[in-house]
Amino acid sequence: MLLVIILLALGTYLLRLSGVLLRDRLALPAPVLRLLPAVATTLIIALAVQSTVSNTPGFGGYARLIGVALGAVLAWRGASFMVVVITAAAATALLRLLGVA
Amino acid sequence: MSLGVVLVGMSFGAVAVTAGLPSWAAVLMSVCVFAGGAQFMAVGMLGAGNPYAAVFAGLLLNARHLPFGLAIGDMFRPGLPRQLLGAHMLSDETVAFSLSLPAGRTRQRAFWWLGWTLVVAWNGGTVLGVILVSAVGDPNRFGLDATNPASLLALALPALRDRETRNLALTGTLVTLATTPFLPAGIPVLLSLTGLLVLAPRLLRNRARRASGVESTMGSGVASGRLPSAEPVEVPLEK
Repeated sequence: MLLVIILLALGTYLLRLSGVLLRDRLALPAPVLRLLPAVATTLIIALAVQSTVSNTPGFGGYARLIGVALGAVLAWRGASFMVVVITAAAATALLRLLGVA
Repeated sequence: MSLGVVLVGMSFGAVAVTAGLPSWAAVLMSVCVFAGGAQFMAVGMLGAGNPYAAVFAGLLLNARHLPFGLAIGDMFRPGLPRQLLGAHMLSDETVAFSLSLPAGRTRQRAFWWLGWTLVVAWNGGTVLGVILVSAVGDPNRFGLDATNPASLLALALPALRDRETRNLALTGTLVTLATTPFLPAGIPVLLSLTGLLVLAPRLLRNRARRASGVESTMGSGVASGRLPSAEPVEVPLEK
């Protein structure tokens, strides 16, 4: 685990630093640069949906699914970050209080 | 924005400890990695017993920091020490905020100010989250397990207004969901990029065409109006 943290920290820092240091020397093709944000977004959305729907192993329950879905709707409609996160957590907690698994 | 980062830091601390990480590991990760999305991803995969995927997916997610550095790296001059320190503070928030300001002293000052604020907010938030979990026990009672996916969606959903990004992300998410019951944790999320194999050639062509179109008419108001504002890496590339 410590090794995972060290490798992740080191790799992340090298990615950040190489961009800063290579700024004047490296010319990535513009289309590749434009694709990177879409790749990052895909990974993030896939992870978010997966961790909403499933626990390891199996289905993760309706309370969180509904809570996060509510947050997602608010996010899509332009609600602020805080509102999205607090609504999702509060709705999930409320549903669990009401006995929804 | 800083308050939001404190809250995400808190949920990271809580999520990390809930996933089975010791408190020191959660705090160490926040201090050393300093990248929310990758940390959540790594913790999820560590909790699922897949350390290789934790590193690989985390680094893949952080690959965007390279163009970030290319985009605003000139703000850290003069001197290597400043570049070394500034590189660690590159994040979605600091880069987006910096690029929203005119280049020069103002932008430089804003970057360092926000950078230090976020270092305090993120790491302080993580410590608070770790303490919170040990104080209240099962954090899921408060719906804290919903904060991780909700915060990722809050950050990433606006990018789906771009049609190509949306196609890629939705295809990928379907692949991830379809493979989750059958494959070891961590792999399905990486498989979300399979959509790239199908879409990338067309995507690159489209974007290249659009880019050359913008360049050839650069200077006219219409063209600059078409520049997608959600892609901060483009701005300095115009130079």
